[in-house]
Amino acid sequence: MPSHKFLMHNSGDHVGVAVVDIQEGEEVYGVILADDSSTDVIVARDNIPLGHKIALRDLSNGSEIIEYSVPVGVVTQNVYVGDYVHTHNFKTARW
Amino acid sequence: MSTNQVLMGYRRENKRVGIRNYVLILPVDDLSNASCEAVARQVPHTLALPHSYGRLQYGKDLELHFRTMIGVGSNPNVAAVIVIGIEPNWTKVIADGIAKTGKPVASFSIERNGDLKTIEQASWKAKEFVQWATEIQREPIEWKDLIVSIKCGESDTTTGLGSCPTVGVAVDDLVDSGAIVLFGETSELTGGEHLIANRMATPELRDRFLAMYSDYVSEIQSQGVDLFGSQPTQGNIAGGLTTIEEKALGNIEKTGTKQVVGVLEPAQAPEGPGLHFMDSSSAAAEFITLMAAAGAVIHFFPTGQGNIVGNPIVPVVKITANPITASTMSEHIDVDVTGLLSREITLAQAGEKLEEMMERTIQGRLTAAEALGHREFVMTKLYRSA
Repeated sequence: MPSHKFLMHNSGDHVGVAVVDIQEGEEVYGVILADDSSTDVIVARDNIPLGHKIALRDLSNGSEIIEYSVPVGVVTQNVYVGDYVHTHNFKTARW
Repeated sequence: MSTNQVLMGYRRENKRVGIRNYVLILPVDDLSNASCEAVARQVPHTLALPHSYGRLQYGKDLELHFRTMIGVGSNPNVAAVIVIGIEPNWTKVIADGIAKTGKPVASFSIERNGDLKTIEQASWKAKEFVQWATEIQREPIEWKDLIVSIKCGESDTTTGLGSCPTVGVAVDDLVDSGAIVLFGETSELTGGEHLIANRMATPELRDRFLAMYSDYVSEIQSQGVDLFGSQPTQGNIAGGLTTIEEKALGNIEKTGTKQVVGVLEPAQAPEGPGLHFMDSSSAAAEFITLMAAAGAVIHFFPTGQGNIVGNPIVPVVKITANPITASTMSEHIDVDVTGLLSREITLAQAGEKLEEMMERTIQGRLTAAEALGHREFVMTKLYRSA
């Protein structure tokens, strides 16, 4: 089995962080830092550079993203598992 | 945890412990930079700290200026200080403030003397201080003698995954050993401010912290600006961080898990052991200057995209978990914890790597920032001068 391609902080988080560059269409799995367990395999829907986020569940426009088990902002369009998540579809809830 | 070697530091007249041994030439104001730098050229083993302020400041901003100057001179990494100002009164305020530590201080003012006579007189004293300082012997010290400050910079997602949790391990161990640890970055707690508030040791501290936090954020909002672009910074966004909340959560990882036992004004010195919050800017050079003024003798600096900051009197230890930064900017990195991303090392092992580097730094190893001559000294200014 190839190595993990992303990390999650906690099991309930909605996004993972790529630890290598991920290619569109690639089948990847991650490791959850909190308990060192592996996630299910998902298919990346975009190219996701190292350090950038991949969606781990479907999120409807306006809903919160949870990371570190805490809300860290809201999505600005519908997001699907495997999507690249960054400034084009995700913003702060503070301003 | 600590290795078995005996750590050696400088125990100052007021019992505080330093790990460096500088003789400072400290200008009270911008006008006195030239003579301070001239003295430092004449007497090479001294260190001038030129800066841009110290004239026509008033109120809280002037108090902060004095507290920063006195604090930097009082820092245990400093053996002795020459203070030079344009006029005698503010010069005396700063020299007297530093002299309370018991360390040697001499002050000179330029009006009625001119630069040249001031430089000559100050150089004689500087030479005397340097020779005296070179005879100070290091003595055995322990972790509990240390004041350590922490702040990350050019953060990205690898900071929250790797380098900040590494610092968190060391912070918990330091606090357990009785050391003082200082953190801050008031506006960068946005999104996780409740998590810090919940760790305050008393309801009074919690109220003080939340008041400081809301004052800082209101001040930013009163400028009528959208902070997207400056918070997160362009570097943060390039590194994959999208929102201030996400940045804050990564940032908070480095504070470890202990209670917060003190809430400090900018540049205020802590009074007892444990983890303290200081109301402070998140700009790296300003932050570390405030921490130097509060007495920090070593700084842990996790970085993602590669902030290269240093400080003239406080060794800054850089930690990165970003493999691109570790390979393209290796000359700036003291502790490489990229193995956390690949799961080749555990967080406990990463913490040990940092603690080992802290001890080597105490023993005299120059950090990357020291070796490369990074001496950013930046005063925090609260508002414009009169």
